[in-house]
Amino acid sequence: MLQGSLQIAIFIAVLVALTPLLGGYMANVYTGEHVVLTRIAGPLERLLYRRLRVDVSRGQDWKAYARSLLVLSGLFWLALYLILRTQTLHPWNPQGFHSGTWDVTFNTTSSFITNTNWQYYAGETTMTFFSQMAGLAVQNFVSAAVGICVVVALIRGIMARSGHSLGNFWQDLVRTLLYVLLPLSLVGALVLVSQGVIQGFAGNATAHTLVGGAQTITFGPVASQEAIKELGTNGGGFFNVNSAMPFENPTGLSNFVELLLILLIPAALTATYGRMVGNRRQGWAIFSAMAILFVIGVAVAYAAEQHGTPAQHLAGIHTGHFGGSTGGNLEGKEQRFGIANSALWAAVTTVTSCGAVNTAFESLTGLGGAVPFANLSMSEVVFGGVGTGLYSMLVFVLLSVFIGGLMVGRTPEYLGKKLGTKEIKLLTLGALFTPLAALMTSATAIASPAGRESLAAAGPQGFSENLYAYLSQANNNGSAWAGYTGYVQPTPGNLGAHGVALADLVGGLTMMFARYAPILFVLAIAGALAGKRTAPAGLGTMRTDTPTFVALLIGVIVLVGALTFFPAILLGPVVQSLTTSVF
Amino acid sequence: MRRDLISSVLAIVVITALLGIAYPLVVTAVAQVAFPGKANGSKIERNGKLVGSRLLAQDFRTPVRNANGKPKLDTDGNPVLTPDPRYFQPRPSTATSYDPAATAFTSLGPNSKDARDTFKASLDGYLRLERPHDRGLTATRVPVDAVTSSASGVDPHISEANAAVQAHRIADVRRLPLVRVQQLVADHTDGRFLGVLGEPGVNVLELNLALDRRTSR
Repeated sequence: MLQGSLQIAIFIAVLVALTPLLGGYMANVYTGEHVVLTRIAGPLERLLYRRLRVDVSRGQDWKAYARSLLVLSGLFWLALYLILRTQTLHPWNPQGFHSGTWDVTFNTTSSFITNTNWQYYAGETTMTFFSQMAGLAVQNFVSAAVGICVVVALIRGIMARSGHSLGNFWQDLVRTLLYVLLPLSLVGALVLVSQGVIQGFAGNATAHTLVGGAQTITFGPVASQEAIKELGTNGGGFFNVNSAMPFENPTGLSNFVELLLILLIPAALTATYGRMVGNRRQGWAIFSAMAILFVIGVAVAYAAEQHGTPAQHLAGIHTGHFGGSTGGNLEGKEQRFGIANSALWAAVTTVTSCGAVNTAFESLTGLGGAVPFANLSMSEVVFGGVGTGLYSMLVFVLLSVFIGGLMVGRTPEYLGKKLGTKEIKLLTLGALFTPLAALMTSATAIASPAGRESLAAAGPQGFSENLYAYLSQANNNGSAWAGYTGYVQPTPGNLGAHGVALADLVGGLTMMFARYAPILFVLAIAGALAGKRTAPAGLGTMRTDTPTFVALLIGVIVLVGALTFFPAILLGPVVQSLTTSVF
Repeated sequence: MRRDLISSVLAIVVITALLGIAYPLVVTAVAQVAFPGKANGSKIERNGKLVGSRLLAQDFRTPVRNANGKPKLDTDGNPVLTPDPRYFQPRPSTATSYDPAATAFTSLGPNSKDARDTFKASLDGYLRLERPHDRGLTATRVPVDAVTSSASGVDPHISEANAAVQAHRIADVRRLPLVRVQQLVADHTDGRFLGVLGEPGVNVLELNLALDRRTSR
């Protein structure tokens, strides 16, 4: 386990080193400073403002900001739905795919607009190259940018000395796309191609295998999508098995780069935050709380996966590590990643809202599988999705300030802004949306006969499949216990379109609700804070950049998550990790 | 509201053109020039014929034939396959039979009876195939990768321990010195990146191609 731990340590070290670099760069981008790319991206930026007919010199209050965001998202929803339903008309459709049914398309559209990338379809057997590129990958950019816009607006609300402006949505959107997501994706995509990720438009080829059989070699514009899929914490794979497929993730280096792309922006945003509020320690305090919870999850997952599963042990398989063999639970894992990189990935993809996988989650050990569950139960504030993670985390920071204020008996204040009744009400409601969306829907689905149609496994495993499906969609994550796909709708030429209407509809509505309700509340909080005057810090002010506060913050996150989800998680992964028998 | 609607419609057109069309085309253009082999799937040809990709495992089993020469079928009507003893065998692909065009996870859970039975069948099969050549082989020496399905179903690698066991059979069947086979295995092992990142793995297709080249000479 030493070698594997070293790989994990290197990953974390690189992440810590890159956080202030990218974070500082992004702070400069959002405050309008000159940056390296200004010379190239500046003219393009101004051209876009003209083409979009927006006046970015005008600041927007929270309502105007929210309106622009919602109108753009709503119209993009319609556009994506139309693209996915007209596949027979597409260019770049060498396999001649038909469109998915209305219900699965509803789910997929909602999924990609909300940065979830939950997939009730199998990419390589249903989606045209045009759908993948001009439909799905565009949303990988835009949904990620929208998340970042919201957190930037919230930071401006916290920073604001007076007035109601949260900045301009169109400006934040265009800058995020041109200065952050596009350049990083370009570089990332080319690094991935250098490792063997495919990129091109030819159709499939047939190989004649050595023993006289035939094998279809698939093809497509994968690398360009792979890079933004990780960078934007989207997670929707070109292929059904996502980043486990060698054409998406061929080597140890590509795996490392993809993991880094997933965590890069969520981690860097903490530094952006510290820079923008003028106290870098505030950013590092949040980073520390995130990192501590993250490392605990990685350690538990790694140890559990290295131990192996009851099914393996009862079959007589020796799961110990010995020379030239990784040992452990290698079912549903790739040899080139081994146990360490698979466990690390399982943690990285669930602390963020990415949801890409290089490992079959359904085949994780009981305890190893409890780590993704725990991460999702904490509402993805441990780094979290791009933008969404930090704004959800700031909600918890403000809640902790409130609880800390109650403990010491003072009016809670954060960075000079007093939190009043209105803000606390908004915060509490904002923190409840995700648990509400996850628990109500999974309970409804498992209690209804139609919902149970979607289960593949029996017993606690089946319960886990169902709970995880809604937990994942309610967190806009998108990873899955893959047995939960419903049954195949046998449309010719459309073999991979899974799903039953109930699962499609409830899931789609869950994703939309869990995305936009918190966004509205966060923007409302930002608006409320922006209007407040800043009071100078006094002797009795609770400091929010100290280890004590980090401990309090972790306590609040774990407590809220644990109290909400513990009973449900008991019935699934906890039961499984306590038994050594099979059923 | 009206301004937002107009700007949004324009944004959809402009952003789709820039990020949905121009961006992937630029990546494709650079990739096809800088890394043509890799961008096109790391394909391998032999005598001008496409035989596979170095990144995709392929099936090295052949159909079992009845006495009348017809392929034997299992209860589901699928042909029964048996490992071709002349070749190194990749990891099992129980869900998809090495098909990269329709990938899927096995989704066998940690406490699943099906998983236990599948593992047991794989372990028995492995011991049956290898023990005649690697005497004294017991379950404790069978590496996990040999008896578990990969995530993708087309994992191109096996572990070094797995290749070390199979090398005995290959040497016997192909009448090659064991050290020669072991050398070929070492030649086709992909190490960790910079000696650190990832796990070492033996590329099965390239190794088998090298064996064929050596034997036909």
